[in-house]
Amino acid sequence: MSALHFATLTPFLLAILIPFLFKYIKRIHTGWFVLFIPLILFIYFLTFIPVTAAGETLMSSMAWVPSLGINFDLYIDGLSLLFALLITGIGTLIILYSVYYLDKRTEKLNNFYVYMLLFMGAMLGVVLSDNLIVLYVFWEMTSISSSLLISYWYYRDKSIYGAQKSMYITVFGGLSMLAGFSLIYIMAGTFSIQGIVANLEPVVNSPLLLPAMILVLLGAFTKSAQFPFHIWLPDAMEAPTPVSAYLHSATMVKAGIYLVARMTPVFGGNAEWFWIVTAAGLTTMIWGAVSAVRQKDLKAILAFSTVSQLGMIMSLLGAGSAAYYFGDGDNALYVTAIIAAVFHLINHATFKGALFMAAGIIDHETGTRDIRNLGGLLTIMPITATLSFIGLASMAGLPPLNGFLSKEMFFNAMTYITEYGIFGIETWTVILPVVAWIASIFTFLYCAIIFFRTFTGKFRPEKLETRHVHEAPIGMLVSPAILILLVVVIGLFPNILAYSLIEPAMRGILPGMIGAGEFFEVDIYHWHGFNIELMMTIGVVLFGSLLYMTMQKWSKLPFYHRENDVFNTVYDTGYEGLIKGSQFLTRIQMTGRLRDYLMYICAFAILLFIYTMLRFDAFVISTENLSGIDPYMWGLMLLLVASVIAVPFINNRITAIIVTGFAGFLVALMFTVFRAPDLALTQLLIETVSVIMLVLAFKHLPKLWKEKTRPMIKAPRLIISIGVGVMVTLGSISAFTLGGQAGYTGISEFFTENAKSLAGGYNIVNVILVDFRGLDTLMEVLVLGLAAIGVVSMIKLRFKGSEDV
Amino acid sequence: MEIAMSIVIGIVFSVAVYMLLSRNIIRVVLGTLILSHGNHLLLITMSGLQRGAPPLLNFNEESYTDPLPQALVLTAIVIAFGVTAFLIVLVYRMYKEHELDDLEDLRGSIDE
Repeated sequence: MSALHFATLTPFLLAILIPFLFKYIKRIHTGWFVLFIPLILFIYFLTFIPVTAAGETLMSSMAWVPSLGINFDLYIDGLSLLFALLITGIGTLIILYSVYYLDKRTEKLNNFYVYMLLFMGAMLGVVLSDNLIVLYVFWEMTSISSSLLISYWYYRDKSIYGAQKSMYITVFGGLSMLAGFSLIYIMAGTFSIQGIVANLEPVVNSPLLLPAMILVLLGAFTKSAQFPFHIWLPDAMEAPTPVSAYLHSATMVKAGIYLVARMTPVFGGNAEWFWIVTAAGLTTMIWGAVSAVRQKDLKAILAFSTVSQLGMIMSLLGAGSAAYYFGDGDNALYVTAIIAAVFHLINHATFKGALFMAAGIIDHETGTRDIRNLGGLLTIMPITATLSFIGLASMAGLPPLNGFLSKEMFFNAMTYITEYGIFGIETWTVILPVVAWIASIFTFLYCAIIFFRTFTGKFRPEKLETRHVHEAPIGMLVSPAILILLVVVIGLFPNILAYSLIEPAMRGILPGMIGAGEFFEVDIYHWHGFNIELMMTIGVVLFGSLLYMTMQKWSKLPFYHRENDVFNTVYDTGYEGLIKGSQFLTRIQMTGRLRDYLMYICAFAILLFIYTMLRFDAFVISTENLSGIDPYMWGLMLLLVASVIAVPFINNRITAIIVTGFAGFLVALMFTVFRAPDLALTQLLIETVSVIMLVLAFKHLPKLWKEKTRPMIKAPRLIISIGVGVMVTLGSISAFTLGGQAGYTGISEFFTENAKSLAGGYNIVNVILVDFRGLDTLMEVLVLGLAAIGVVSMIKLRFKGSEDV
Repeated sequence: MEIAMSIVIGIVFSVAVYMLLSRNIIRVVLGTLILSHGNHLLLITMSGLQRGAPPLLNFNEESYTDPLPQALVLTAIVIAFGVTAFLIVLVYRMYKEHELDDLEDLRGSIDE
């Protein structure tokens, strides 16, 4: 267990302390203690930057279940380090923000911070694990802890709804991902990602590659809220804002991005991967951007914008995967796409984190997030307004901020695709930059909506819940301010990240593309000349502004008012259908009738019997080895059959009891014929006692009556009864015949030979019962004793008063 | 004999299951009684009938009937008796408490 293992598990270990800190140290906000955990981890992970920047990686192993190939191996390269830094870095700022956001007197801080630490640890585990199974375990832990965080205000129905939704969708994806991982294991023979990448030959040539790819992508797409699984993200906005800012901007939704990046070397060489990832990404991007415009809730707009931005990163990773198809790492397309993906990942975490926090501040200070009620906050909350403006400008892609740089590179990559005509589908590739461009116009539009609707216009305090609206406390502003500072600094000096974070991360996404000691060329600059990307950006600004100006007109269209996503309806109907359907199915089976349950059991037994017998070809009948039939046996058998068949038709209690008893005595007679004197004696005795018992209870027993049953019920009843009879007959004959053919001597020989010498008895059956199998008989006595206790207690025991039996 | 007995046992089982599927509770009880008869005969038939003397060493015979199935059936008879007794008292008590003998009326409602 190395320091790295310890670092990964720290959040889990320290989470145990939180409830105690909350309970015993009331004066200090629990968040202050928690703050140190991500901060120290962040500093710890910073020390790895020189390692990865030098192009090296670090693997730290720990055996867990070595026999199954499951090891708790942690792997640090540029990619995992970048995510680890995001998780801990943004985590620190979020915890700081939450200290001011959540009131220590009224909120259940112990729950909140325990969930938060669980989530943080799980995320670190996801990005650092090298073993697919360990990754999966942490992956599901993020699903669980995130839905706990979403349902933090569990008394609100909407929180529960959102938490359930995110849980169902992400766990569904997680399970399919597990199936995908299993397929990969079948192909590669190892769960280690680096091991798989090092020996790709068996994976690439396997027919299982495509199913595995689709299953793994399902996991990534559900987690990263890609179309059409994006619906859980807007509903997850019911979580407290620090949670939204952390999970739904910087970490959890990026886990899917991480997985796609990590799996690029494995699947990247396939045309399917390129098309699925790129197309899903771009569809998500435009769907999210258009949906965001329709929202009226600040956080809902940001949620859909996150969906859209994640789609953009996804499409870039898809485009970059073409590197493996062509097998060279120098090509401008792949390099640009991957740089843009990594760069935008960082940028998105900075500006979106800040924007969520700003939305939280507005909510906190005004009591509403509805843009129809907000307005004119510019003069009241100048700092929040400034921070929001910079964040939104970056998201909209305005120079000189970091969002502009990555957006330009995104356009660049998308236009490159058309030039290269990848995978022989030249004509269609034109769609990609067009879609990207249109989506960006909508991005610009919703950025404008957020800013102008919230901060400009008329201030209407009568529509707000809080009377005295004022700027947030300084502590709440620190975290977004730091992030916005990063937005500006990265925007102005993008190359500080170039070889410290971006290039090492690229090496992680595209290992093997360049030799050891070589480096990708990462050079990010603002001015590319008057090229098509600049034109696209200018077009975005122009059309976006135009759309915003004309908003008065088109906001009356029904399109604008249809806030609900189509896929929400699909989910809700599906969910309700599932519940109703299972209730319906349960009601069909669980009728409460003994008869029905017995029928199921019998029918199933018959089917199982027939199947087993046919499968092993066990239906046999042979006339050899049969014993002869004495003439009087015919009489006995006929009498038994006749009396038994008569019983169901008798409608008189005493007659029925006597006929049944008669059948019992016939059985005793048969036992004597079959050379079983002990059985005959016992049967006689027991049958007598049974009949006496029935007659004794006679007075108190219900009457028999003729049953009126519909043919619908009678027919299956008859069929099943006869079926059971046939099954028993055939089974009995087959067992007898096969027993004769098997030709082995059973254990009975032993009893016959040793009854006298070992137990000193002449009656072999008795010796078996009381000596050889004495323990069985003891248990039998116990059963009889229990039955006796049951009988006595049921006769004697009476409940008093209202107690029901 | 074994084949003939198997057919008889099949009929006994059919009638027993038919009785078990009745609505009247007394018929269900009688059904279990008949079912145990069929069961005992089945156990002893499957192992082969009338092979040698009864399993009593006093006879000093060359071969004896297989004693093991007999031991099993003996146990089964006693257990079946216990079950019958318990069932009869269960019906007695139930009838006394609820005055119901129709299994159709004894169904709980769905919400229970």
